[in-house]
Amino acid sequence: MEHQYDVIIVGSGLAGLRAAVEIGKDAHVAVLTKVFATRSHSGAAQGGIGAALGNEEEDHCEWHAFDTVKGSDYLGDQDAIEILANDAPRAIYELENLGVPFNRTPEGKIAQRAFGGHTSNYGKAPVKRACYAATRTGRVILDTLWEQSLRRGIEFFDEFQMLSLIVHEGQCCGVVAYELSTGQLHVFRSKAVLLATGGAGKIYKTTSNAFASTGDGMAIAYRAGAPLEDMEFVQFHPTGIYKLGILISEAARGEGGILLNNQGERFMERYAPIIKDLAPRDMISRCMLEEIRAGRGIDGKDYFHLDLTHLGEDVINKKLAEITSFARTYAGVDPVKEPIPVQPTCHYMMGGIAADASGHVIVDEKNTAFTGLYAAGECACVSVHGANRLGCNALLDTLVFGRRAGICIKEFIQAVDFPKLAEQTEKQDGDRINALMNSTGKESSGPIRSELQESMMENVSVFRQKDSLDAALAKIMQLKERYQNLSIQDKGGVFNRDLLDAIELGHLLDLAEVITCSALHREESRGAHSREDFPDRDDKNFLVHTMARIDADKGPQIFTKPVTITKFEPKERKY
Amino acid sequence: MKCHFTVYRYDPQADEKPGYQEYEIDAEPTDKILDCLNKIRWEQDPTLAFRSSCAHGICGSDALMINGRIELACQKLVRDFKSGNNFVIEPLPLFDVVKDLIVDLEPFFEKYRQVEPYLEAAKNETGKEFIQEAENQEFIEPAVRCILCASCTAGCPINRANPDYLGPAALLRAFRYIFDSRDITTDKRLESIDSEDGVWGCKTMWWCTEVCPKEIPITKCLGQIKRAIKQSSKKK
Repeated sequence: MEHQYDVIIVGSGLAGLRAAVEIGKDAHVAVLTKVFATRSHSGAAQGGIGAALGNEEEDHCEWHAFDTVKGSDYLGDQDAIEILANDAPRAIYELENLGVPFNRTPEGKIAQRAFGGHTSNYGKAPVKRACYAATRTGRVILDTLWEQSLRRGIEFFDEFQMLSLIVHEGQCCGVVAYELSTGQLHVFRSKAVLLATGGAGKIYKTTSNAFASTGDGMAIAYRAGAPLEDMEFVQFHPTGIYKLGILISEAARGEGGILLNNQGERFMERYAPIIKDLAPRDMISRCMLEEIRAGRGIDGKDYFHLDLTHLGEDVINKKLAEITSFARTYAGVDPVKEPIPVQPTCHYMMGGIAADASGHVIVDEKNTAFTGLYAAGECACVSVHGANRLGCNALLDTLVFGRRAGICIKEFIQAVDFPKLAEQTEKQDGDRINALMNSTGKESSGPIRSELQESMMENVSVFRQKDSLDAALAKIMQLKERYQNLSIQDKGGVFNRDLLDAIELGHLLDLAEVITCSALHREESRGAHSREDFPDRDDKNFLVHTMARIDADKGPQIFTKPVTITKFEPKERKY
Repeated sequence: MKCHFTVYRYDPQADEKPGYQEYEIDAEPTDKILDCLNKIRWEQDPTLAFRSSCAHGICGSDALMINGRIELACQKLVRDFKSGNNFVIEPLPLFDVVKDLIVDLEPFFEKYRQVEPYLEAAKNETGKEFIQEAENQEFIEPAVRCILCASCTAGCPINRANPDYLGPAALLRAFRYIFDSRDITTDKRLESIDSEDGVWGCKTMWWCTEVCPKEIPITKCLGQIKRAIKQSSKKK
């Protein structure tokens, strides 16, 4: 089936919906989403969204920008970070005006609380910068933007899986998608495509991410020739529920919760004497692993206690409601009375499709645009998070850069006609699906996926070194071989999850390869990328972005791109 | 431990009528029911269809029937059930089955859209946030917890008797905007649901409140709407 829209947005999380709301009634817009729109993983964001409103105490956008630069271990592009921090208050007021039910101060203003790595006066003390709605901040923003999209008549294609981008003479002219409920292929022809497909946490065994977070947009853009940037930087959030990976928001520590080791010691005081348990995520996750190596995990195992018992029932129930229920349901502990067992969990991809601050996907180190193709949100790398993202900056990134992509797309589609499509654009995807459906191979997705997830967790998580990275890469290549022998047991056309699993697995394998090759290339330790064989940051050789471009025969080809530095010269990063 | 699952199966493209299929798996007491379904799908039967995404009770994808009760499959663990190790898994009632445990929720969202679920505020000239009292935000907060899983509407007996009834989820969304101090269309909103297909369809049977996985006091919220309608008609 064929469709034609001015703009196709793939992904219905905050970045996609914010762009949709921006373009709104000015153009013919369709949003494609592999789940139903309100099931998008933005909804799982808990603790807050950062903006220097100064509602609770003095704060400034420049402090926010500095914290973000320092949090990024100086790898973030400072021009983009300034845009992020300066536009944040406007973005929050706009959300509030659209109806987002933020918690309030006694004066009726938007309430704010402390969050990891956010400080006053360039690192002097924690600052209350996170605007929040209990611990369901992402979900209420998602609901609000979805409702605003309905109001603007945006068309949704729910439960459509993107298969490929249609690229003709270097220009993106649409998307081929698979309709889950019928098994039909659809060709969406458009002037512009925005990828807003989120993260890829499912590459790892322990993750806070949804089943849908399989990096489809990143992998499909990469296959279409767009480079992926800084993919070695994968965030492990320090407080996932032990064994499950379900997130316990940093807001728990923002409200005063503390981490304890098996000695009952608040160990972060030793590592980050000024901001302690509110140190950035990369640092706390690293400290946890060092504590485990020193035998100070709880019961000698690989987890710690997150203690909220001193906060009192009222704070826990009112400001941390959702995570209290997670702890009760999944860990069987009542945070009012006992500590929550936690360990690092794969949470966020700092890297992604290389993009500029207007949302253009870029193809080289000179920022040349990929005509007609845009990216925003977690799937994109602008780069505002550099080597490590601060809490509360992900939601902000989606809103600020989702909107900017929307503005840029609106201008672009007014200036151009629909590009010509080649005949039978969907044939290649149809052939690929038929080959999978008719394959008599002996492999299935489940075992390949779990072996990948285990190997990536073991070898390419918080600490890395050449040997483990080589082992991971060898494993990935072996799994890619086995993937060629995959067969689909479900032969039906209605909600064929077996087929969807196979498609997603292909994306996970490609991205795991790029992450591992990028990690091998970066022979230094910076932010979330800790090389035990290169323990120091090396600004002389590696204050650059890693770019990976596909080469069908030789695998990912790595080149670099300079980092933009404006106000803040790189310094040693201490908290 | 061994767990026995009896799962509703129906593929309208292939099957004349629905049936049940038996599976036996190894599960831990702390496994979610969703983990068990995934085990069945990944290890035994890739053709089993069900929805899931976040797997921790936020996205609202996996509401279904477990042992005759509406639940989120990701929010219930094996140890939460006293049924021994036997589980019967069926799709949500009320809605048409698309395949196995997947139902067509379009009628549910159609009702939701009918209540015009978006804030109608006065123009804000301050360039900042609207001032809203913390008490007002706390009053609407229960309704904000809704994840659109459709459990309440599927569980409501009135919805089964009257297909035109808006149902608890849509009315709860109406509540959220009626009582939001920033909204300026309260009267219009109240009028639009002042009918038997609207809020008066609710006969205070509490089934929605009973099944809500987010523990929202839905029936009470609907009661607040009824009271507001009565008060506003007195004024006239």
